[in-house]
Amino acid sequence: MNILEQEKVLLQGLAANDKKAVEAIYRENYLTIQSFIVKNNGYPDDARDIFQEAMIVLYEKVSTGSFELTCQIKTYLYSVCRRLWLKRLQQMQRYNPSAESVDEIVPVEEELDVHEKRNADLILMENALNKIGEPCKSLLEAYYLQKKSMPEIAKFFGYTNSDNAKTQKYKCLVRLKKIFFAQYKNGV
Amino acid sequence: MDDTLLLDAIERYKRDEMTAQEKKFFEEMRKNNPDIDQMAVEHTFFLNELERLEQRKSYKHTLDEVENTLVNEGIISKKQIKGRAKLIYLWSRYRKTIAVAACIAAIVSISTATIVSMYSETKQATNLTPLVNFKLNELNGKINQIKNKIDSATAAMPVKPKFAAQFSATGFLIDGNGFIATNAHVINNAKNLVVENKKGDQFIAIPVYVNKATDLAILKITDTTFKKITALPYSIPIASAELGEHIFTLGYPRDEVVYGEGYLSAKSGYSGDTASYQISISVNPGNSGGPVINKNGEVIGIISSKETNADGVVFAIKSRNIYKALEEIKTSQLIKLPAAAAIKGLDRVHQIKKIEDCVFMVKGN
Repeated sequence: MNILEQEKVLLQGLAANDKKAVEAIYRENYLTIQSFIVKNNGYPDDARDIFQEAMIVLYEKVSTGSFELTCQIKTYLYSVCRRLWLKRLQQMQRYNPSAESVDEIVPVEEELDVHEKRNADLILMENALNKIGEPCKSLLEAYYLQKKSMPEIAKFFGYTNSDNAKTQKYKCLVRLKKIFFAQYKNGV
Repeated sequence: MDDTLLLDAIERYKRDEMTAQEKKFFEEMRKNNPDIDQMAVEHTFFLNELERLEQRKSYKHTLDEVENTLVNEGIISKKQIKGRAKLIYLWSRYRKTIAVAACIAAIVSISTATIVSMYSETKQATNLTPLVNFKLNELNGKINQIKNKIDSATAAMPVKPKFAAQFSATGFLIDGNGFIATNAHVINNAKNLVVENKKGDQFIAIPVYVNKATDLAILKITDTTFKKITALPYSIPIASAELGEHIFTLGYPRDEVVYGEGYLSAKSGYSGDTASYQISISVNPGNSGGPVINKNGEVIGIISSKETNADGVVFAIKSRNIYKALEEIKTSQLIKLPAAAAIKGLDRVHQIKKIEDCVFMVKGN
């Protein structure tokens, strides 16, 4: 297997949230990123945040299925981290022009804009989930995320039968959607 | 519960749990009913978001686990840097900033030093206006002379011949026995000196102390017609006044006593002269020698000069110079400075009423 094929396997593993694949990528790339950030006015903790953010960007990209590998993983991760870090530096008004390096990078600006929008949407969802409170939150999570069956849920949450649980779930869902879309449409 | 059923259908469709027949029916319904289609789109989007959140969470969990593994293996070092290592780390991190800061500091200090030395050389004693009213010399003097002639010719009983002054300034009593403080530049080269109170009574005075360096002079009224003032309303402190103190002055820029108000703007005077204050007040020629009084009725200084190029920049001799002067002449003159200010706590109008008896116009020729 050449490098490209190996990386394809790694990315497939990443898309499936396979711990081994994640670990391999982490091992391969983390120290490069850390030394880049520490050299450019950052602490090791900053490196951790930036690297994990970049890993999420990569994950989002591969898990949509449309990802074509146009460069090596390390180039991609380095480009994303570099962009994220320069942006962070600018926000802290510590922009360091020496970061304009000659290292190989690929353009990632547009992808990061998409990523930011996605992040914002997910935050909306998380906030909405936190707002509906318990037991609604657990009820919805059990049904939609853990994919539990209605009889199971009725037993776990103490409803007399699965029809009752279903009615409850429906009420909770309506509330969650109302909160989510109110914020979502405001934001857009 | 139409909506419940509908949502249920949407979810089942999304999960691909429908039979072929149901699927066909559902797709048909969406096609014919835009409301239902809209709802289906919205709900699918919503469920996808919900799932994405969950995926993101579990992926983050994986990332954290991996990170933990690597930290345990020692591949990632999360240890806080301490001691000397930290110093070196911070140095290497900030050395560019430090270098830039040092350069700026160097440039600023050099240029400031240059500017300061340039200005202090050129400005030596060029921009000061002594506040003596010499205009009298030109016009008023002549008028006075004519007047005097007329007076002496017409007046039946002239008390005293009017004094032909070439200049006028201000002075104030520092001892009720007739000792008056004024500026040295006021009485410079004057042959005769008289002091005049606000009623117009004139008394002959002689200088008993002149110090051109501090610009302080002390006159003594020798006229026997002068009535002693037993208690002066103000005091003269030896201590330094505070920045920002409100001050006022009385003086004779014209024939009438004039009141002026301002504040103490610096504890040193022209070119950093520590024997005087910089005050901000509106004064005119003739105010020289006037007392600078604070709200407690303490004479903190004596107006001496103003900067020619700047408005409201006035310099006043610090009151402690009076003490120095007294120390120097104590063998020949016994002067007792007022100890307490009787006008402390009075409102300004009453303060002025008491002070104006002690402020004199100093004239000479």
